[in-house]
Amino acid sequence: MTLDIAKFTDFLAGDAQADRVVPPTGFTATLTLFSAAAMAFLAVFALALSLATGRLADRWGDELARTSTIRISAPDGQMAAQTKAALAVLQTTKGVASARALDEAEQRALLEPWFGPDLPVDTLPIPQLIEVVEEGNGYDAQGLRLRLSAEVPGAVLDDHTRWRRPLVRAASRLRLLGWVSMVLIGAATAAMITLAANAALAANAQVISVLRLVGARDDYIANAFVRRFTLRALTGAGLGMVAGVIGILLLPSAEVGGGFLTGLGFQGWHWIWPFCIPVLAAGVAFAATRAAALRTLRDMP
Amino acid sequence: MIELDNVAYSYGGGELLSEISLKLAPGSFHFLTGPSGAGKTTLLKLCYGALMPTAGEVRLFDADVRGMERDDIALVRRRVGVVHQDCQFLDHLSVSDNIALPLMVSGQDLLREDANLKELIGWVGLKSRAEALPPELSGGERQRAALARAIIMSPDVILADEPTGNVDWEMSQRLLRLLIELNRMGKTIMIATHDLALIRAAKAHVQARVLRISNRRLQLAGADL
Repeated sequence: MTLDIAKFTDFLAGDAQADRVVPPTGFTATLTLFSAAAMAFLAVFALALSLATGRLADRWGDELARTSTIRISAPDGQMAAQTKAALAVLQTTKGVASARALDEAEQRALLEPWFGPDLPVDTLPIPQLIEVVEEGNGYDAQGLRLRLSAEVPGAVLDDHTRWRRPLVRAASRLRLLGWVSMVLIGAATAAMITLAANAALAANAQVISVLRLVGARDDYIANAFVRRFTLRALTGAGLGMVAGVIGILLLPSAEVGGGFLTGLGFQGWHWIWPFCIPVLAAGVAFAATRAAALRTLRDMP
Repeated sequence: MIELDNVAYSYGGGELLSEISLKLAPGSFHFLTGPSGAGKTTLLKLCYGALMPTAGEVRLFDADVRGMERDDIALVRRRVGVVHQDCQFLDHLSVSDNIALPLMVSGQDLLREDANLKELIGWVGLKSRAEALPPELSGGERQRAALARAIIMSPDVILADEPTGNVDWEMSQRLLRLLIELNRMGKTIMIATHDLALIRAAKAHVQARVLRISNRRLQLAGADL
């Protein structure tokens, strides 16, 4: 279906006379309003989920991609020397911004979730960890591995690839899930509005018959229904969107919980997106009702 | 204007009309008669594109109806006023709005046409009922409202299907007088009716051709009418 802008603006401006020819009340009005509101409410959350997982995927990807870890496992007497040698290698490695060996307190903090506080790190054969921060384009991991194996035999480079990939993949899938949910919500809205429009057309068969008798074109009859359903969808989706945004605003702030769900919201220019939902709902209602109306009118004698 | 050439119409496997040839010339007055179920309504519907012939050719204002799009037929209906026995209205609109409906659907400015609308409502004697809703009207009032709606666009042809079927004799005479007056204004009229008394009454005032549907075919009625 092609959309003529001039026709669409004429349509939005409306024809007060045409609006009167279809009886103003009916259960389809409430049904459309409620469906559009419920779907817009859900769409706000699907959108928030999608955008939040997008941010999460980017953050995880960035944070893990910019850092690496070198683990040095060596006998007690060689640990300090190998650590020093590894740091020396890193200092001359292109693409490494900085490198530092984690101190005891930091290593203890890493193990604390599993072993609890006051772990005597110095009495345990724990490897020394070196945190490597990369420059913009990163370093040649394969080359660094070769150098480390030659100069620091106890060093193992972990560039986080095996952690990063599944995490980024999972976050990307969640983002995709959010967008799929949006598409499904749109399709369900279209289906419900089509059903409501068909019911309205069937209930107004006599009105259509009279309009045809007096020379109304199919476009005129269809528009009388389409405009009404479009405005109902716009109003319903507007109400649902406002309720959804209030729900998002009432979620605990990220600083309090710090978890993923508390970051479920809109940031920056992403706040534009929820306000697009009523417009999209109106567009879906316009297309669904127009298709249903023209199909019904075509099938009518 | 409206021309049927050797037209047949079948429905549900049976032929309802056969070998129908008819020409409605400008300004002519026709009665279409025949027993109930003979096909009078079907023939009228063929005359304004509500039904398509299964054989033969129907020409509406020089165009073959089979080649017409829906929008073309809608335009034809603005030139053909139709009055049904069970005249249907939009029950949520006032009588005045129902009569103005053809103006609305053709996009005309109702304010500009207001004077004409009021004059027409007065002409059919519904001035005091203009703001009533259709369900509040009597049978005769409904027929007059339907007639007013049929002629508000000043159509070339008026097709009336049993317009006096639901009204008393006095009201039927009143409706007939309105139709005769329209014919004198140059409108082509065709009235489908089985009311022979109405036809006889009309023939005293207007030169009308009486056609009868018999055995699916159209024939000129005899001198008894």
